[in-house]
Amino acid sequence: MAEEKNNEILDELTQSEYKYGFYTDIEMDQAPKGLTEDTIRFISAKKKEPEFMLEFRLKAFRHWKTLKEPKWAHVHYPPIDFQDIIYYSAPRKKPKYESLDQVDPELLETFDKLGIPLGEQKKLAGVAVDAVMDSVSVGTTFQKTLEEKGIIFCSFSEALQKHPELVKKHIGTVVPYTDNFYAALNSAVFSDGSFCYIPKGVRCPLELSTYFRINAANTGQFERTLIVAEEGSYVSYMEGCTAPMRDENQLHAAIVEIISKKDAEVKYATVQNWWPGDKKGKGGVYNFVTKRGLCEGENAKISWTQVETGSAITWKYPSVILMGDNSVGEFYSVAVTNNMQQADTGTKMIHLGKNTKSTIISKGISAGLSNNSYRGLVKTTRRAENARNFSQCDSLLLGDRCGAHTFPYVEVGNKSSIVEHEATTSKISEDQLFYCLQRGIDMEGAIGLIVNGYAKEVLSKLPMEFAVEAQKLLSISLEGSVG
Amino acid sequence: MQHITQNITAEEQMFRLFQENLDTLKGQEPESISRLRQKAAENFHKNGFPHEKTENWRFTSLDPLFQSEYHHDFTNQSRPFDIEKIFTCDVYDLDTFSVTLLNGWFVYKNAPLTRLSNGTIIGGLSKAMEVYPDLVEKYMGQAANLEQPGLAALNTAFFQDGLFIYVPRDVELEKPIQLINIVDSENPLMIHPRHLVVQEKNSKLTLVHCDHSLTHNVSFSNSLSETFLDEHAILDFYKIQNKGPNSAVINNAFFRQKHQSKLTSHSLILNGGFTKNMITATLEDPQTSAVLNGLSLVDSNQHADNQLLVDHVAPNCQSEQLYKGILDDEATAVFSGKIMVRKDAQKTLAYQNNKNILLTDDARANAQPQLEIYADDVKCSHGATVGQLDPEAMFYLRSRGLSERTARQMLMYAFAGEVVQRISIEPLRERIDHMVEKRLKGELTICDQCVLHCNSKEPTVFNIDASKL
Repeated sequence: MAEEKNNEILDELTQSEYKYGFYTDIEMDQAPKGLTEDTIRFISAKKKEPEFMLEFRLKAFRHWKTLKEPKWAHVHYPPIDFQDIIYYSAPRKKPKYESLDQVDPELLETFDKLGIPLGEQKKLAGVAVDAVMDSVSVGTTFQKTLEEKGIIFCSFSEALQKHPELVKKHIGTVVPYTDNFYAALNSAVFSDGSFCYIPKGVRCPLELSTYFRINAANTGQFERTLIVAEEGSYVSYMEGCTAPMRDENQLHAAIVEIISKKDAEVKYATVQNWWPGDKKGKGGVYNFVTKRGLCEGENAKISWTQVETGSAITWKYPSVILMGDNSVGEFYSVAVTNNMQQADTGTKMIHLGKNTKSTIISKGISAGLSNNSYRGLVKTTRRAENARNFSQCDSLLLGDRCGAHTFPYVEVGNKSSIVEHEATTSKISEDQLFYCLQRGIDMEGAIGLIVNGYAKEVLSKLPMEFAVEAQKLLSISLEGSVG
Repeated sequence: MQHITQNITAEEQMFRLFQENLDTLKGQEPESISRLRQKAAENFHKNGFPHEKTENWRFTSLDPLFQSEYHHDFTNQSRPFDIEKIFTCDVYDLDTFSVTLLNGWFVYKNAPLTRLSNGTIIGGLSKAMEVYPDLVEKYMGQAANLEQPGLAALNTAFFQDGLFIYVPRDVELEKPIQLINIVDSENPLMIHPRHLVVQEKNSKLTLVHCDHSLTHNVSFSNSLSETFLDEHAILDFYKIQNKGPNSAVINNAFFRQKHQSKLTSHSLILNGGFTKNMITATLEDPQTSAVLNGLSLVDSNQHADNQLLVDHVAPNCQSEQLYKGILDDEATAVFSGKIMVRKDAQKTLAYQNNKNILLTDDARANAQPQLEIYADDVKCSHGATVGQLDPEAMFYLRSRGLSERTARQMLMYAFAGEVVQRISIEPLRERIDHMVEKRLKGELTICDQCVLHCNSKEPTVFNIDASKL
C-alpha cells in the first residue's frame, strides 16, 4: 500500500515536465557550422581579440586535433559530431546600455521567467549580475561599487579589451589547453564567459553572480571563467544555469579556472539546472566541464559547492591543487539524477604543500533509470607532509532501476598524511519514513523532508539566496517522485 | 626448457611460444579444453598484457618482470625429489592432507590422483583431465574471465598442471587440504599453475594454499584457480605468501557460488617481491555469503596488490571485505576492491574496508574502493584510510610505562590482529599470529619454513624498523 503510493509518487516525479523550458526568439549572429581554423579566426576577429588570444586558440585547436574523445567515464551517449555544431552565436542587437530600460525587452522577459531579478532588487539583495546569454554578456550591474574597490568583474571579451595583460598572465595556468579533450576544445573556441579579479587585500563586498543560459538551438556553449584572487583577498562567486527545452543535444564544455594566492579565499558555488532531456532520454544538455582551482600561496583557500540537478549527462570534477603550504580545499556537492540522466562527477584534491587540508562531502541521489557516479581522487605527494583529507560520499537510491556508483582513488605518498574515505549507499530509511507518516506528514512531504535533510550538509554551504533556490530545485527535481 | 627470444613484443613472444609448443601443451586433454586453450591464446594475442592504462593495473606495472628472460618447463623436467626432505610446513601441529606443486607440476609419491573413501578426489589436474575428462570439462573455464586483457587468458593458454579437488555431496573434509606451491629453479622460470576445485551440495572444505620459493632466483608465477561451490557448500580458503624478493606472483582466483554457499577467504602476504592477488566472487544465488580478508606486511621494495570483485547477482546475499596493510621502506601497496550490485540483487548487504599504515615517506599506498550499484534496497558501504598509528592509543600505552618501540609493536600487532583473528583453524591462527609477530619484529625470513639450507646465500631478513615509526 505504501509501496503503491510510493510508485504513484515516483511516476508523478518522473513525469513532471521541465519547468524552465521555453525559447526566446532573438536574432542571432552565428558562425557557420563546423570547426576549422577559419572558424576560430572568425570568432577571434568577431570579438576583436588581441593577437596572443588568437595564437592561444590556434595552438589549442591544433592540439585538440591530435586528441581522441575520452571514453572512461561511466556515461553513455551517441558520438558527437564536432563539425555539426555552431561554435559562435551572439545576440545581434548589442548596443551598450546605460540602464536596463534600454535592454531588449524580450531578453528581460526571459530573465523574468527564470526569476532572475536583474533589477533594483538585486542591489537590495546585494548581488551584482553579469548575465551571459548565449555567450555574450548583455547587462552588467553594480560595476561602480566594484570599481571603487578595484575589483574587475566583467565578461571575458571585455577583459580581453581592457585588461589583456591580466588575462594573458593567468589564462591556461590552471587548466592548460593540453589538459584534456574538452579543455582543448574550449580553449580553441570559447565564446565568452566571466572574468573576475580581486586585488590585493580586498574583501569583495558583494556576492558575485553570473547566470548562464543556453539559448540558440545547435549552439555549443563554451564559456570560460577565470577568477583571480590576489594576496589576502576574498570573493564569493555564484553561477546558476537553466536552459530552454530543445530536442537536440547541446554540448556544453566550459572551463573554470580559479587562482587563489597567498591568504586569499575563493568560494565558488553553482546550481546547475540545464535541460535534462525528456523521460525517454531524448535531448538534454551534455555538460562536460573542466573546473579547477589552484591554491597558489600559503593559507590559500578554495571551496567548491555545487548542486547538480540538470543536464542529460554531467561529467565534471571541480578540483583543487593545494600547492601552497597550509592551503585548504573543499568540495560540497549534491547531485540529483532522474529519468535517463547520467552523472559522473566528483572532485580531485591534489596535495602538494605541507599541512594542506581537504574536505569532500558528496551526496548523490538517483531516481528513475538514471545513473549517478561519484569519482574522486585524493593524492598526497611526498612533500605534502601532514596532509589531511576527509571524504564522505553517500548515495541515496529512489526506485529499483537506477544506479549509484562510487569510484574513489586514494593515493598516498608520505607517512604523515591521513586520508579517510567513507561511503554508503542505501535507500530511504523505512524507519524515518514511517516516523514521518505516523506524525501525519504525507509521503511526498516525508520524502522531501528526508532528502532535504540528507543534502543539508551541502546546502548549508551555499550563499543564502542560492540556498533557497537550491532547496526549491531539489524539491522540483524530485517532486512527487520521492520527495 | 625453452628460451624466449628478444626484440619482439612480449605478447608476440608468448603467442609464438604457444604455437610452437601447442602439441606439448595439449597433452592428453579433452578436445573441448584444447579449444578453450586455443581461444584463450587468441584472446591474449588480441588483448595482450595489461598495461598502465588498464584500469586495474594503473599502479602495478608488469614491465620490470619482462626484464628477465624466462624459461618454460613444458615437459616437467624439474628434478623429482622427496618434498619432505627439503621442505616442512612450519605449522607443526596442523594435521593436513598435504600436496605439493614444484614449478607448477604436481608432485606425488604414489599416485598422481587419490580417491578417498568418501569419494573425494585430490590430485594433479593433468591426470584428472585424463581420468575424469567429463568432470573437468564441465567446469574448466566456466568461472574465469578470458575476455579482458590480462593474465587469465595467458594462463588458460599455457596451463598444464595444478591442483584438482572434487568434494562430493554431503562430504565434510575434516582435515584441511594444504597446497604447497614451490618454485625452485636455477634459471628464471615462468609457470602457469591452474587449480580447479569443485564442491558439490552441502560439502565442506578447508583449503590452505601456500606459496614459497626455495631459491632467490627470479620467477614469474601466473596462477589461476576456479572454484565452484554448489548449494550449501562451505569453503574456508587461505592463501599464504612468503616468497623471495625476486619472485613475482600473480594469482587469479575465481569463485562461483550457488544457493546458500559460504566462502571465507584469507589472503596473507608476509613477504613477496611482486604480488598481485585477484579475487572474483560471483554470488549467483540468494542467501550466499562471501567474506574476504587480507593482510599485507611489505617492506624494502616489495609490491602487494589486492584486486577484488564481489559480484552480487542475486538478492539477499552478503559480502564483506577487510583488507589491511602495513608498509615500510619503499614498499607499495594497491587495493582495488569493487562491490557490484546487479539490478535484481535487492536486500544486498555489502561492506568493504581497507586500512593502511605507512611507516616511511617512501612507501606508497593506493586505494580504490568502489561501489557500483544498480538496485535500491541495499545497504552498502565502503571505507578506506591511510594514516599512522593512533597517537592517543600511543599516548595511553606510553603513559602506562611501555617503551615507544614496544608500544608501536603492540599497536601494529593489534592492527594486524583484526585480520589474523578471523582465521578459524586454531593451530593455523596461532602459527600465523606468531609469524606476524615475528614479521613485525623483523625476525621472519623467507627461509623460515625451509630446511634446505641453501648454502649459497645468507637468509634474507626483512625488518620493519620500529624506530622509523
